[in-house]
Amino acid sequence: MTDATVSPVGLMTSDGVPLKQSLARAERRSRIRAMMLVAPLFLFIMITFIVPIIDMLLRSVDNPRFQEVLPETAQVLMEWEGGGLPPESIYAVMAAEMKAAMKDRSLGRLTSRLNFEDPGMRTLMFKTARRLNRVDEGPWKEAMIKIDDEWGDPQVWALMKRTAPAYTTIHYLNAFDLTVSPEGEIVAQPEELQIYGLLFWRTIWMSLLITGLCALLGFPIAYLLATLPTKTSNLLMILVLLPFWTSLLVRTTTWIVLLQTEGVINDILVWATILNDDERIQMIYNQTGTIVAMTHILLPFMVLPLYSVMKTIDPSYMRAARSLGATQVTAFRRIYFPNTIPGLGAGGILVFILAIGYYITPALVGGRTGQLISNFIAFHMQESLNWGLGAALGAILLAGVLAMYWLYNKLIGVDNMKFG
Amino acid sequence: MSLPPYASPLERAWYYSFRTACALIFLFLISPILVIIPLSFNAEPYFTFTEGMIALDAEAYSIRWYQDIVGNEQWIHSMENSIIVGIASTILATVLGTTAALGLSRPNMPYKGLAMGVLISPMIVPLIITAAGMFFFYSKVGLAQTYLGLILAHTALGTPFVVITVTATLTGFDQSLIRASQSLGATPTRTFFKVIMPLILPGVISGALFAFVTSFDEVVVVLFLAGFEQRTIPRQMWAGIREQISPTILAVATVLITISIMLLTTVELLRRRSDRLRGIKS
Amino acid sequence: MKTRFLKTTALAAVLAFATVPAVQAADAITAVSWGGAYTKSQIEAYHKPFEAKTGIKINSQDYNGGLAEVRAQVEAGNVTWDVVDMELSDAVRGCDEGILEPLPLSDLPAAPDGTAAADDFIAGTLHDCAVATIVWSTIFSYDEEKYPGGSGPKTVADFFDTAKFPGKRGLRKSPKVNLEWALLADGVAADKVYEILATDAGVERAFAKLDTIKDDVIWWEAGAQPPQMLADGEVAMTSAYNGRVFNAVATEDKPFNIVWDGQVWDIDLWGIPTGAPNKDAAWDFIKFSTDTQRLADQASWISYGPARKSSAPLVGKHAVAGIPMGPHMPTAPENFTNAIQNDFAFWADYQDELTVRFNTWLAK
Repeated sequence: MTDATVSPVGLMTSDGVPLKQSLARAERRSRIRAMMLVAPLFLFIMITFIVPIIDMLLRSVDNPRFQEVLPETAQVLMEWEGGGLPPESIYAVMAAEMKAAMKDRSLGRLTSRLNFEDPGMRTLMFKTARRLNRVDEGPWKEAMIKIDDEWGDPQVWALMKRTAPAYTTIHYLNAFDLTVSPEGEIVAQPEELQIYGLLFWRTIWMSLLITGLCALLGFPIAYLLATLPTKTSNLLMILVLLPFWTSLLVRTTTWIVLLQTEGVINDILVWATILNDDERIQMIYNQTGTIVAMTHILLPFMVLPLYSVMKTIDPSYMRAARSLGATQVTAFRRIYFPNTIPGLGAGGILVFILAIGYYITPALVGGRTGQLISNFIAFHMQESLNWGLGAALGAILLAGVLAMYWLYNKLIGVDNMKFG
Repeated sequence: MSLPPYASPLERAWYYSFRTACALIFLFLISPILVIIPLSFNAEPYFTFTEGMIALDAEAYSIRWYQDIVGNEQWIHSMENSIIVGIASTILATVLGTTAALGLSRPNMPYKGLAMGVLISPMIVPLIITAAGMFFFYSKVGLAQTYLGLILAHTALGTPFVVITVTATLTGFDQSLIRASQSLGATPTRTFFKVIMPLILPGVISGALFAFVTSFDEVVVVLFLAGFEQRTIPRQMWAGIREQISPTILAVATVLITISIMLLTTVELLRRRSDRLRGIKS
Repeated sequence: MKTRFLKTTALAAVLAFATVPAVQAADAITAVSWGGAYTKSQIEAYHKPFEAKTGIKINSQDYNGGLAEVRAQVEAGNVTWDVVDMELSDAVRGCDEGILEPLPLSDLPAAPDGTAAADDFIAGTLHDCAVATIVWSTIFSYDEEKYPGGSGPKTVADFFDTAKFPGKRGLRKSPKVNLEWALLADGVAADKVYEILATDAGVERAFAKLDTIKDDVIWWEAGAQPPQMLADGEVAMTSAYNGRVFNAVATEDKPFNIVWDGQVWDIDLWGIPTGAPNKDAAWDFIKFSTDTQRLADQASWISYGPARKSSAPLVGKHAVAGIPMGPHMPTAPENFTNAIQNDFAFWADYQDELTVRFNTWLAK
């Protein structure tokens, strides 16, 4: 570069390459080098984290069972135009495939799927398959209707046709408390099965309440920490950081110990004769328990960003306002508070994002009414094994969280996130 | 913020009530953690202070719940698991995370926002979704219910913390130091170990500690991914809390609190050292 | 020439040896059961003698019943359980769905007097994919100190009567038994319960009855919880597995009383998940643990009735407390007056639907 000579085309390096080009090349090399440094982790996260999640979310539209267990039946059902009863040929294909599925014990995989749609289907399918084993020749339509007259019901066939395709939207409908009527229209779920609207709403309002409580409790102590002399504030900071570093399960356990009816707080109230022994308050295994424990667990996530913002507010602003005649309240409201908004925003969004997806604490202390949407996702993933519905609920939750994350990134920037 | 001598009675009242409120909030933060420490030494299997304990009667205290942990094969095994998985995933997360942070802090890193967004996402995505996704995918490739699967999962969850802390130590890092070192004839390796490493070391270590705590404390992914053999301490606690809180859990909790205090102290010391090195007054 | 031949055969032999799947005896199997006093009875009566005899270690793991975990393992292609203790309705469904291995029941050992296993097991306790070990029952129990002098609840209707018997109730977090009891308490006769429950109106009626105590119920999941909840005073009365309450009374001197009215009895069976890693060892274990002596031994650790007729005469006293076990069995005549047999066919059909509905009802 030092030997660059002036030439008609511009600056040249010693080996005769135009400087502009050489710089661009160096620039490109260093961009590649930067990317090469990031690449291993990027690939790692992609493979171990992002791909599995996408793979799981695809289950929300996936509907493989019918095509796996009764492939030809699925095919002819999809070709059939529907309405009324199908022709003898479909009955025949289905009868043959059901016999085979009974023999290799794969029928149950389909019936567990059909049973989510209509709980009578399992018995119907097994009963029919078992009896068909004793029928050697058609007409199959007659034979099947003879085994159970459900097979003469157009609604059963409508259900069959609806569940045959490899993809389905039923799980998303269910996630919004909707379903498909036997006539094929989208209708509301029966009242006793409507729950997800309520759960999403409960998850949102409880998260908002927890965020609000964290702001309410976090603001004063962040302010105190930011205005005290460093030595004292460092000491008090430990009170915020210790809970932050303590295991989630430990903190949940402590709340159970404190709040249960035979727990420390009730004991103190009884001891202080504020309560009689038989009036102990139920403070846990309900919404109260969830809110208290989650506020405690998430409070440091509010205090830390607030503190770091407040630390940067020059105290002379407040002094200036006071000296210009503002009262303490006005100075705080007009000068100090607006300056803390970025911290409140950062902490607020962070707490809300974390709260909305919380699973462990509600599961342990939420009892009946403190369950959030995550707990139902877990229920469908682990207990009811309605994986499609679990994935659909997960996709909706994830969309919400990612929207908040995008907002956070836009307003604050993830690279400004700090701990401790 | 101390009270000036000329403060009015109203200001005085406000000042003291503010302080009281703060004291109460700090109490809310810290007392739950402190309460269970003495309770874990309760000689009786109750979760409340017995009269003997309040009277500081030595007989009301005992270390029987701690002996319970030591004598219980499952607790010991899960402690080993937590340490194995924790350390392995911390090493992986630290190496991957630090490298990526070095790349991200280069001034000419393209698509920085996007890359950062992806790398931080394990911290943001609700754990239940992460866990369910990993369960299906890792089962398919035969990684479920293996140590390797658990280590990879925890590595993914720990890396955002390393990326964030190391990137933070690199902000304000003077890139000309690298050029200076190179112009003086140092190889890139030598530059890394002699110039970059000492500066980012505090960030790397606290990132590593964060990654370790993340793994050490994680239970949702373990619930979905770990078999009986890979049960960790939090998994064991989860089972205990769901079914019946025995005082043994309080003893385990106390041990974990002690570990957190040690980790916290280390991180705090490192942070101050790092700030000093970078010339930031703490 | 000769050496070359030798070398070739040697090589072939090595290759053959290397490619033959190593038939390796399992050194450990995972047995999954319900935890607490029940698992302890199995460890004492089955696991320890089996380990002593074969040298195969048994890893005992707890779960709270249901097919979900087995189904998830099989469908995700990731089976780690070798043998699972399950309820009959789950065994039937699991077999139908192909997630349990069919078992060669004719290999089961005969009774000491030579009666074939098929005749020795109580009717209905052998299944294509599962072998029964015990007859057990869900009952409800209360603390006698809270209701002295015989003033305690006596019927399932009393359990639902929070005006007459105030206090929290404990119930299992599952539709099973709760729906049956709700109908019983609502005046349905024991032998009509499942008939009515199979109708929409019957389900409505059961949930409506449960609604009346919904706010007073603490829900438990693990069998070890209810005796603990009673002991802690968290509940005034709770549903429980009869053996757990018996053990709390016999070995910990708890003043709990069992109400046998409306007991819902069922059998527990061993099953092997499809694709279990140590299938053969698991089957050996099942054969071992369901012989006459082993079943009788278990009954001396917990008050569940053995599934073999030939075991009954061998049942004696509790191994630690020395109490005669007979009168504490669910099948003892004085306990059996208003009993309901868990209808596995009903639950095989309706469990999925009712579980979702039940959980929806709970969360509201």
